[in-house]
Amino acid sequence: MTISRRKFLKTVSASCLAVTAHSAVGHGFELPGRMSPGPQELKARRWGMVVDMRRCDGRCTEDCIGVCHEIHNVPYIPKAEHQVMWLFQEPYENTFPDRSHELISKHLKNRIFLLLCNHCDDPPCVRACPTQATFKRENDGIVMIDYHRCIGCRFCMAACPYGSRSFNFRDPRPYIKTIHPEFPTRRKGVVEKCNFCQERLEVGKMPACVETCKKGALVFGDLEDPSSEIRRILAETPHVRRKPQLGTRPSVFYIF
Amino acid sequence: MIEKALHGGKGYWAWIIFLAAGIGIGLFAYLYQLKEGLWLTGMSRNVSWGFYISQFTFLVGVAASVLIVVLPLYLHDFKAFAPITALAQFLTVGTLIMSLLFIFSDVGMPMRILNVPLNPTPGSMLFYDTLFLPGFMLLNLVIGWTAVGAEKRHTTLPPWVKFLIYVSLPWAVIMHTVTAFIYAGTPGRGFWMTAIMAPRFLTTAFAAGCAILIILSLVLRSLARFDAGEKAIRKLTTIMFYTLIINAFFLAVEYFTAFYSHVPAYSETFRYLFFGIDGNTAFVPWFWVMNLAILGAIALLAFPAVRNNHLRLSEACIVALVGLWIDKGFLLVPAAFIPNVFGRVMEYPPSWVELTVSFGIYCLGMLMITALYKVTMAIKGETLYPDK
Repeated sequence: MTISRRKFLKTVSASCLAVTAHSAVGHGFELPGRMSPGPQELKARRWGMVVDMRRCDGRCTEDCIGVCHEIHNVPYIPKAEHQVMWLFQEPYENTFPDRSHELISKHLKNRIFLLLCNHCDDPPCVRACPTQATFKRENDGIVMIDYHRCIGCRFCMAACPYGSRSFNFRDPRPYIKTIHPEFPTRRKGVVEKCNFCQERLEVGKMPACVETCKKGALVFGDLEDPSSEIRRILAETPHVRRKPQLGTRPSVFYIF
Repeated sequence: MIEKALHGGKGYWAWIIFLAAGIGIGLFAYLYQLKEGLWLTGMSRNVSWGFYISQFTFLVGVAASVLIVVLPLYLHDFKAFAPITALAQFLTVGTLIMSLLFIFSDVGMPMRILNVPLNPTPGSMLFYDTLFLPGFMLLNLVIGWTAVGAEKRHTTLPPWVKFLIYVSLPWAVIMHTVTAFIYAGTPGRGFWMTAIMAPRFLTTAFAAGCAILIILSLVLRSLARFDAGEKAIRKLTTIMFYTLIINAFFLAVEYFTAFYSHVPAYSETFRYLFFGIDGNTAFVPWFWVMNLAILGAIALLAFPAVRNNHLRLSEACIVALVGLWIDKGFLLVPAAFIPNVFGRVMEYPPSWVELTVSFGIYCLGMLMITALYKVTMAIKGETLYPDK
């Protein structure tokens, strides 16, 4: 049996059209891979956080860390050098190594601080990334990672002056106690970090750590909105950011 | 021409089999690492770049050093470099293959490596390296191969190759400068954030390139009766001598800035390298050997008795290479992570898996260089001794 070139092309193009039309109808003409946030989405021009250490005694930080790591499927890797951390703790001297000296006041010495990605306004990790797998969202300033694009070169880890980024040195899945299917797990060989609970903001919820903290030590809000609670606190209370001399303009502020 | 790499004596084949075995062992270690993840290496969340990225950095330098041969030959008509040009170009091809493989071995998701060209990111310095490295490799392969072919046919170089040669001159400088910019533009790593990084990279690159070319020329003299020419060796020695001195000066300038300013961000890593911090001293002996080797090589090369004696000269080259390799191929990358961003000293020892993979990559690069040199030697031999 012979098929003419014309007939072949006709059949092929007709079937292609049929398949395309079917998938277009099936998906309501949406672009693949796009998800639109719900109507109750929390919006801001630049999200930021205040960690009020007057209210945080470092005793229950395990709660906020625990919840964060649980809902985001962050593995618990026993070996400290390979740990994955979104929300973590460091003493004052290590949180602010450039401010530490031998005469620090009692109430700062050995105090445990809560650390997370600073979601810098000028993030060096985003500059470093060779694939734009890590990027800053223009609409709300959240620094995110596309786990499907990251090649695991770790240039962002070298560029981040805050130690906020973790590399999956091994397969994380066996180290997750219970996998929460609402949030994607990661695989070995990619970098990850705090995402300011972008997936919760989309459905109108505050970040998990903010919600968990019963002492009101974590305040989350829009840094660009002069009438926001976070702006009021920043205007009224002396505060610091980590390593301000590097020009990264962190969006996380600390009050002692 | 490539068939000429398939004819050789017992020694040649023994060397090839040794390299092939090395590649096999390295590949095995790499597959193990690919399956298990990078936890098999000595890298950690504190020191997130180690031996692989160090080798990449060192080898890009050696590749860029082709400039020291090509530039005098084609811009200044320094004919004495003509016999070793192909050698320098093929050395560049081999070292760039190795550089690319070292990046490939370092990334966590090697199957996604094409995401770099697929998502061009002009703001990222690593992006430029992935452009410039393969490009420079192709340039040198094409130029070197055509030049050897022209030699075989007793013809002159076609004009389009001359054009490529002129393109390759600034390319070498830019390629190694962007490699330095990976480090020099990184806030929070004071050890790297120095404007002298790129100048120092070029200087150490040229010094290392001269040392390797001298050693290779002398090895080929005894193995293949290849004569690089006394004039070429002398010129390479001179370039190496002065680039070593400039590098020592650059190092001294770095040490002064770090220690006289007392700014912790700049001095802490140097303090660790010179004296260790809180009993952590893993890199300290390496660092001292590096400094002594650079100074030692300069001192040796200052004696005409060393410069004029091939055996002594190659010994001085090895001393220089030891210093240059420890500097760029071992300490420069991981040391910047010590102390880490929290001010803690967490040291880095490369693991056996890392070292085995690296050994395999070096074997593969040397296999490529050996094959290309074999072809070059065979053709030069035919031209020199047409009767045999």
